[in-house]
Amino acid sequence: MTSSMLFNVTTFTYLISMLVFFAFLAGKNKAISSVASYIAYAGLFIQAVAIALRWKESYDMGVGHAPMSNLYESIVFFSWTIVLIFTFINLKYKYSVIGAFVMPFALLGMAWAQLGMNTGIEPLVPALQSNWLLYHVITCFLGYAAFAVACGISIMYLIKTAVEGKDSSASAGGLISLFPPLRVLDDLNYRAIMIGFPLLTLGIITGAAWANYAWGTYWSWDPKETWSLIVWFVYAAFLHARITKGWVGKRAAWLSVIGFAATIFCYLGVNLFLSGLHSYGG
Amino acid sequence: MATTEKSFVTNVWDFFCSLKLTLFLLISLALTSIIGTVLPQGSLPSEYVAQISAAKLQIYTKLGFFDMYHSWWFIALLYIFSLNLICCSIKRLPHVFKFISEPTLVLGEGMRNSFSLKKEISFTGSIEKAKERLVEFLGKEFSSPIVTEHNGELHLFAQKTAWCRLGVYVVHLSILVIFVGAIIGSLAGYKGYVSIVEGTSVNSIEKQNGQRLPLGFEVLCENFNVEFYSTGAPKEFRSILTILENGVPVPEYSKVKVIVNEPLTYKGITFYQSSYGQANEGSEHFVTVVERNGGATEKIATREGVVVTLKNGTTLKLLETTEEVRQFAPGFSGPAARIEVTEKGSTPKTFIVFKNFPEVNAQRGDALIFGYEGSNARQYTGLQVAKDPGVWVVWLGCTLMVLGIGIAFFMSHKRVWVVITKGQARIYGNASKNQAAFQMQFEEISDKFKEIKI
Ligand code: HEM
Repeated sequence: MTSSMLFNVTTFTYLISMLVFFAFLAGKNKAISSVASYIAYAGLFIQAVAIALRWKESYDMGVGHAPMSNLYESIVFFSWTIVLIFTFINLKYKYSVIGAFVMPFALLGMAWAQLGMNTGIEPLVPALQSNWLLYHVITCFLGYAAFAVACGISIMYLIKTAVEGKDSSASAGGLISLFPPLRVLDDLNYRAIMIGFPLLTLGIITGAAWANYAWGTYWSWDPKETWSLIVWFVYAAFLHARITKGWVGKRAAWLSVIGFAATIFCYLGVNLFLSGLHSYGG
Repeated sequence: MATTEKSFVTNVWDFFCSLKLTLFLLISLALTSIIGTVLPQGSLPSEYVAQISAAKLQIYTKLGFFDMYHSWWFIALLYIFSLNLICCSIKRLPHVFKFISEPTLVLGEGMRNSFSLKKEISFTGSIEKAKERLVEFLGKEFSSPIVTEHNGELHLFAQKTAWCRLGVYVVHLSILVIFVGAIIGSLAGYKGYVSIVEGTSVNSIEKQNGQRLPLGFEVLCENFNVEFYSTGAPKEFRSILTILENGVPVPEYSKVKVIVNEPLTYKGITFYQSSYGQANEGSEHFVTVVERNGGATEKIATREGVVVTLKNGTTLKLLETTEEVRQFAPGFSGPAARIEVTEKGSTPKTFIVFKNFPEVNAQRGDALIFGYEGSNARQYTGLQVAKDPGVWVVWLGCTLMVLGIGIAFFMSHKRVWVVITKGQARIYGNASKNQAAFQMQFEEISDKFKEIKI
């Protein structure tokens, strides 16, 4: 058994989970959504084993390091954290239908990583040889994942308001009726961001601590740093918007979607379009 | 006159207290920050200057876009941000303190109706007895209540973690603390760079602004080394440094290993491994030549770029050299040189000769076999140098921020009231955050409340 086989199994499991969630939306059978959730949990577990195995394999190769050192490994870890945060929110609030809007993110990540990227284990370049890498990456990606879940929830909110705004009778029958009430979606969005924001804050702080330790500057306005700050500003705006009258609901949902778009740019766009200290090898 | 003046002042005050301004500032900071990630910052690369129009270049320069995080308008945004934060806190903090120190002991009709968490019981005993029983009950199940009599009703009030309402203000304070730390760093600290050739020492560094700064001690580079993985990727850049005071090594700072991610700090000044290279000035490289059909090996001392003419008229030019060829020629390692050989009357040939692989050098079928013996060049290590006395203030701010966010998001101010009238007692509950979790706790308490017999 190798980690790469298990990652393929994971991708497949997430695909099935997503399809079953869609089947639930089409068929409206409550039992189906629990099945989809359990499949997602199974995928989460398999992927956890795969990540641990890849970690061990790197030690067997004599270049041991946590599997979070290049774009492939980080995308895989990102997918895992998305399902982890979904699992957490699902177990706590029991609105499994959001899985239909969250699992596609996890699947997309895994499919892209498995099909489009070099999956080989590489030795760590000197700049990444530090325990800070682990703290920094884990906190950042858990934060990003919570924002991904919040974005999925906000998309549901926006779809629901759009459909119900046009035709209020649609809410009675259509697939939208399976969505949680708007009030609940708004609240879940806020709760997901309440998970993500502290984690992103920790991610930025651990990043700054590492930069200070390794280069003597905790902040150098490198594009990656700046974009993480932009994301932080957007979600800080979200938090303050909620306590200002008139900014709950639709505008909050849009802010959450914009926040996630900025998050994705911070994660991928910066590496693809801008240059800086954080570019992953290759 | 006086009234309009006052209203102007109030207007300014209200402006700086408003959350609308906060939203505007947060979004403006987010949007403007993008500029500096798209345009080059600091000294401009010449290719960039060549491709941008002169007018654009002038406008961008005027607007400070090429050093935008230090431009007057960005700094001004940060000052307004701080002002907003301070004013908002000054306006709200007294209310919050009052809210904590003078809680709502008596639950009015309006609040009673607005709470969703409530339960009631009837009893036959006296009010006095009910009070005694319920005070004990609340003390045991939640926290000790304060009893107030009001319009013939008894109000029991109990609360938990009221102070967590201050969490938000800890977060806001932390931002100001971080700013203070950053300001201290920019006033009293510096960043710089120094390169030290192996076997030599320096006693000053070059600051970012080009100024030379005496250190007050010497840094000696004993040795610099790069290690590679078998794939050719670098594994470790390592300088061995010694600090000298008055020319004498400081014992604890003798032969210290400095690698990326493991800097050396002495007297508040930290040295970070950042680059390296060959100190080529004056160094000689040694190329060997031997005839294929025998004879003595000739050793030629030369420099990069110099052309040497051999006895038979063949010319030899040393193009470039490296201490470690692995990154250019996978499968090989050690020193190597690229040379250009021109036999008399033929076209020049360029090839690589290795120090560690003489058999490869010999495989070329020419009459002359060239080799490379390395050089007497030494390497230099490039060190980033930094001193930042404000960094501890920044970390204090970060700690406060994490604590504050933890308190603001994950703790809640929980309040329970019991209102006793003749023959009846009603319990109410409210939490500042996370109602769902409090609801479970409240239901547990109110279930027990229902069982009380008075
Ligand atoms: C000009 C800057 C700012 C001002 C004037 C400001 C003002 C406020 C005010 C008035 C509140 C409401 C407090 C209450 O509920 O009584 C608040 C909440 C909060 N602020 Fe700020 N704030 C600013 C910047 C920030 C920033 C940059 C952060 C980033 C960490 C932040 C984090 C928070 C948090 C976490 C809350 C609690 C929100 C919630 O409970 O949902 N604030 N802020």
